[in-house]
Amino acid sequence: MFLKDYISDVVNGVSSLLKGMRKTGYYFTHPKEIITEQYPDNRATLLLSERFKGEVVMPHDANNEHTCTGCTACELACPNGTIKVVTKFEVSPEGKKKKAIDALVYRLELCTMCNLCIVACPSDAIKMAPNFEHSVFDRTKLTKVLNQPGSKIREGIE
Amino acid sequence: MYNQTEIIKDTSELGAEGELVINMGPQHPATHGVLHLVVTLNGETIKKIEPHLGYIHRSIEKMCESLTYRQFIYVTSRMDYLSSHINNLGCALLVEKGMAIEVPDRAKYIRVILSELTRIASHELWLGAMAMDLGAFTPFFYAFREREMITDIMEDTCGARLTMNYIVPGGLMYDIHPDFQKKVKAFITQFKSKVTEYEDLVTNNVIFQSRTKGVGILSAEDAISYGCTGPVARASGVSCDIRKLYPYEVYDKVEFDEVLETAGDSFARYIVRVKEMNQSIRIIEQLIDNIPEGDFVGKTKNVLKLPKGEFYTRVETARGEFGVYIVSEGGTTPHRIKFRSPGFSNLSVLNHIAAGSKIGDLMASMGTLDLVIPDIDR
Repeated sequence: MFLKDYISDVVNGVSSLLKGMRKTGYYFTHPKEIITEQYPDNRATLLLSERFKGEVVMPHDANNEHTCTGCTACELACPNGTIKVVTKFEVSPEGKKKKAIDALVYRLELCTMCNLCIVACPSDAIKMAPNFEHSVFDRTKLTKVLNQPGSKIREGIE
Repeated sequence: MYNQTEIIKDTSELGAEGELVINMGPQHPATHGVLHLVVTLNGETIKKIEPHLGYIHRSIEKMCESLTYRQFIYVTSRMDYLSSHINNLGCALLVEKGMAIEVPDRAKYIRVILSELTRIASHELWLGAMAMDLGAFTPFFYAFREREMITDIMEDTCGARLTMNYIVPGGLMYDIHPDFQKKVKAFITQFKSKVTEYEDLVTNNVIFQSRTKGVGILSAEDAISYGCTGPVARASGVSCDIRKLYPYEVYDKVEFDEVLETAGDSFARYIVRVKEMNQSIRIIEQLIDNIPEGDFVGKTKNVLKLPKGEFYTRVETARGEFGVYIVSEGGTTPHRIKFRSPGFSNLSVLNHIAAGSKIGDLMASMGTLDLVIPDIDR
C-alpha cells in the first residue's frame, strides 16, 4: 500500500512537471511568439503613446511664439510647487502695459506627471511630451525654462 | 549579548530552549518591498512573527491635508500602486458625494472598465510574484505578458502605466483613446486563450498544490475579528465584496458573482484571485460595447469646497476594502483625512496564520495575503 502511494505520487509529480515543461518547450521552439523587447537597442523603433506623460513642454510655432499669458493657473494647480511663473510688464508702442511671462520655470525633479497643470491651463500653452529618458549628470540641469529665449505671446491671445 | 570568544555552557540565558530570532527584510526578495518581519523560531517552527513597519512612511495622510480636493487624489496612487486607479476612484467618489456633483454615465462606465482592468493587472502581478516566492520562476513572465497588454491600454488612455491619475472629481480627465475598445477586446481574447496556461503551469502543479494546501488556514471568525477584507476574507467564506454589498458607479447594473471559497488556506486564496480575474473579464465584456455617448466630465465649480461635516466612502480594490474618511471644516483643503487600507488589516493576520508552521510555509502564507507595503505604511 505504501509503495503504491509512493509510486503514484512520483508519477503524478513527474507528469505535472512535464505538463509545465511542455509549455516552456513550446515557447522555446516558437521564438516568434516571444514578445520581449530589447530596450536600448530598439530605441529607433520604440513607439510610445502620444498621451504618455513624460515631461511638460511649451510648444512654440515657427515665429517663436507661444500662447502663455502668465495667468499662473498652472502654478496654482500644481500640488508640489513644480512650476513657477515669473511675469513682467511689456510696454507696447502706444504706451499700454501688458502682462507677459518672463520665464516659466519647470523643475522636473519635483514633477509627478499628474497632468493637473495641463488641465488647468486656459490657453493650452503647455502640454505633456512622451520623452522619458531624463537622466543627467547634474541635478541643476533638471530645472528648465520652458519658454524659448526671445519668444513672445501670439497675437490675439488674452 | 554574549562574548563571541567565550564558550557558553548554560544556554538558558540566550532565551527559551534555543530560540532563534531572525530578521526577514527590510531588504528581502520575498517581502515585495521594505517589510521587516522579526521571526522567532524554534528549530524550523515559527513561534512568533512581528512585523515592523515605517520604512516607507511618507505621511500621505498629513500631506493630503495641505492639498486641495483636486490635488490630493494623485497622492493616493502612490499608496496601493497596483490598484492606483481604484484608489483615485474612491477619493473622487467622496468629493462627488460630499458636493453632490453629478457624474455623466459615460464617465461611470469607463471608470468601472478601467477599475476592473486594474484589478486584473494587480492579480496578474500577484500570481507571477507568488509563484516566484514558491520557487517557480517562469509563471512570472507568462503573467507579465498579459499584464503588459493592460499597461499598454492604460498608457494609451491615461498617459501613464502605473500611477494614472485619470479620475477627477466629476468624471475623467480626458476622453478615452479612439483605440480603447478595440484594444480591450483584443486583451479579452488573448486572456481567455492564455488563462489555461496558468492552470497547466501553476494550479495543476503537484508541487504548488502541496505547498499551499492546508497552509496558513484562516477561519471565517478570525477573518472577521482581524478585519480582513478582499480575497483573503472571501477565501474563508466571508462575503465582503463592496461591489456587491454597497454598489457604486454601475456595479449594480452588471452581472457578476462574488467568488467565495470555504477552505481558508493559501490555495483557497489563490483560487479566489484566479476566479476573480474571470469575473472581472465578465464585467468588462458586458460594459465595453455599451459605453454611452456624451460628456466625460460633469460640471463642477472652479474651486471645490466640501461642506462642513464628516464623509466616508469605500471601494473594493484588488486587495479589499479601501475607505476614505474626511473631516471637513468647509475650506478648500481637508481638515483631517484618514485612509482605511486593506493591506494593514490583512498583514495583522500573518502572525495568527503562520505561527506554528514551518518557515518554508511562511512564504506561501505571506504571498497569498498579497501585501503591498506602501499601502500598509502610507
